[in-house]
Amino acid sequence: MKAFDLTQEPIDTEAWRGRLFDKTCGGYAAFEGWVRDHNEGHEVIRLEYEVYDALARSEGLKILSEAVERFGVTRAACVHRYGGLELGDVAVWVGVAAAHRDEAFKACRYIIDEIKVRLPIWKKEHYVSGDSGWVNCERCAAHAHDHDEKPAPARAEG
Amino acid sequence: MKRIHVQYFAAFRDQTGRDEETVETRAQDPAGLYAELQAAHSLGLGADRLKVAVNDEFSAWDRPLKDGDRIVFIPPVAGG
Repeated sequence: MKAFDLTQEPIDTEAWRGRLFDKTCGGYAAFEGWVRDHNEGHEVIRLEYEVYDALARSEGLKILSEAVERFGVTRAACVHRYGGLELGDVAVWVGVAAAHRDEAFKACRYIIDEIKVRLPIWKKEHYVSGDSGWVNCERCAAHAHDHDEKPAPARAEG
Repeated sequence: MKRIHVQYFAAFRDQTGRDEETVETRAQDPAGLYAELQAAHSLGLGADRLKVAVNDEFSAWDRPLKDGDRIVFIPPVAGG
């Protein structure tokens, strides 16, 4: 089994959980990231994730290895979606099996935190308003992107 | 002159209007190349907000470029 994967298909979290089972382990911790319907005041209708495949795979495996080494857990795995996602979809799943719960929780937290800052994956949100935008990247273009903003109406002279 | 293959993702793909391009450059390192491409494509982010990958590995900005290198400038990520 691959410990880290990227997929366009819905994530089968039960199958991933099953692959972590190990009779030496007394604890399992998992995290699921879901697509929610709002972000920073915008109503979100769907998402797209784009991924730099080769680097995301090598970095994902590196993060899992770090978690195993740092916290002494028995198994760790992670899968991240890319492509188009709908509200409620599981965007990312992290699972850790360990002898005891404490290291399982810590390793799980470490993995998702590192995934968020290190994996070369980008999220484009599509809003109810019809607008869309790359998250964390408002200034990626030199020119303000088109918002179809109308100029504010002139104030009536009082 | 070196021939460098540059791949664009996400906001940079939108902004440049392309997935990739091959550029001929005198730039010595990724920092120099980014300065050229930033001007050519009106990219709004300074290099301090980016990471860079050379041949599918994260790289320092002053790593010497070699003919045929594949470069990706990585805008702020948003996984998870």
